[in-house]
Amino acid sequence: MSKLSRDAVLKLAQLSRLKLTDEEIERFREELSSILDYVEVLDKVDTKGLEPTYQVTGLRNVMRRDEVKDYQAKPKELMKNAPAVEKNQFKVKRVL
Amino acid sequence: MGKWPAIAGIAASIQAGELKAVDLVKQSLVSINESKDYDAIISTLEERAFKRAQDIDKKVAAGHKVGRLAGVPFIAKDNFLTFGGRTTAASNMLKDFEAPYQATVINRLEAEGAICVAKSNLDAWAHGSSTENSDFFVTKNPHDKTRVPGGSSGGSAAAVALDMAAFALGTDTGGSVRLPASFCGLLGLKPTYGLISRSGIVAMASSTDVVGTLTKTAADAALVLDIMAGRDDMDSTTIERDKQPYTDLENGLKGKKIGIVKEYFGEGLSADVRTVIDEALQKLKKTGAGVAEVSLPSVPLALAVYYIICPAEVSSNLARYDGQRYGLSAKQAKDLDDSYYLSREQGFGAEAKRRIMIGAHVLSSGYYDAYYKKAQTVRTKIINEFDEAFTKYDLLVGPTSPTVAFKIGEKTANPLQMYLADIMTVAANIAGVPAVSVPAGESRGLPVGLQLIAPQKADRQLLGAAKAFEELI
Repeated sequence: MSKLSRDAVLKLAQLSRLKLTDEEIERFREELSSILDYVEVLDKVDTKGLEPTYQVTGLRNVMRRDEVKDYQAKPKELMKNAPAVEKNQFKVKRVL
Repeated sequence: MGKWPAIAGIAASIQAGELKAVDLVKQSLVSINESKDYDAIISTLEERAFKRAQDIDKKVAAGHKVGRLAGVPFIAKDNFLTFGGRTTAASNMLKDFEAPYQATVINRLEAEGAICVAKSNLDAWAHGSSTENSDFFVTKNPHDKTRVPGGSSGGSAAAVALDMAAFALGTDTGGSVRLPASFCGLLGLKPTYGLISRSGIVAMASSTDVVGTLTKTAADAALVLDIMAGRDDMDSTTIERDKQPYTDLENGLKGKKIGIVKEYFGEGLSADVRTVIDEALQKLKKTGAGVAEVSLPSVPLALAVYYIICPAEVSSNLARYDGQRYGLSAKQAKDLDDSYYLSREQGFGAEAKRRIMIGAHVLSSGYYDAYYKKAQTVRTKIINEFDEAFTKYDLLVGPTSPTVAFKIGEKTANPLQMYLADIMTVAANIAGVPAVSVPAGESRGLPVGLQLIAPQKADRQLLGAAKAFEELI
């Protein structure tokens, strides 16, 4: 089993916007490696002539009318869960 | 057990004035309170439930017709958005989240008079097979408190087994309804992919997520399915429902050809489960149904396929939790980027982090073809084997789980061991076909489930067979 490097785990954490403790980094090195090792069984499967399946019931390009519907949610209620609001808009921390 | 009569009968008694909806809500809340120490429930929706019950009782008193589920109390897994309380997905990220709208299925059930009384525990974000990944607490198995109820819909299963409500809703992405049904001695239905709307349900792996039911009987599952099934503009993956009611469950096993899936009887199957399932299959054979062994050689690969596809989709679906619009937001962040990192660090547990990072890995450039595309191609191979088997057989059969309910803590140290609990359920999700776990008996006091699998859109035939099987056992 090839174990993921510390840098590889840090890279994944960065792509995923996750901050990890040193202990977590070591633990995830082990655990992610063993999961990736398990799924390697697929490498040996013969899939010649087969296409990937992304949608199992065969639906394609399902459209609906672009119209306003009363979906019970009022703007004020939608903003109720926001951590910070100003003038009915989401307020975020400074970017720079 | 068995405090709740058949669901169809409850609504009839309400309409006839023999039962009061308010009393049923009370009964449900009393049961929830009596079995508090099983930790099946995250929150109750008491105020809203009583208000809805009073409205139904008033309608009946005024001589109006009420719905097919009038006054029927039910419990929803806490990843269904509902009014009247919080929807947490058993996660720290959403522990204070109040849904501004309801899931389509909750609206459809309410339109027929059903009353959601409580929200049940799950593995956070539905990631798990035992409820041990809940960010809040572990649910205990009603048959043995030292064991897990299965997962991820473990709270819903324990709740129905403990008679807290007439039925419960779950979600099944890799086995999350059928496994807890098997561990708790219930009927767990995973319908055809797309048959039930997922609008308003916290998304996990969107190419396999389905809504499922936990009930005492196939007839109950059929009635609830009949009300939930069908197209929804708010979920573009939904398919047309059958015109014939799903409650028509006549002669479910008569003249049916049933294939015993050979791959489910290999080394990994415990002796406890094998004995019970073998006995059940003997009974099946005696009914005159055509029972024979069939091989689907790629089915054992379904779990590896799943553990690429699922984390890939999880990493995409959980990207929205950024601490800015809703959900946990880290107070001490110094800038926007820091806020993303800290909010996600604090809001996600270990299993969510594992899946997000695996997903990021298998989708990253240079790895995409080797992992994600390869997995989706093996998926085609598995689907082809199901298609081939269903040209010869109406139904496929096997155990739901390789073991009975395992001990709390038994598999938490090794995530891969936990994943293996889904080895027999996951192929149905990969292929999008309906499957049901039906109680087949017990081994040393612990329930064992038999799994029936049918072709896509044969949900009614599947439940018909489940009903006939119930009568056989």
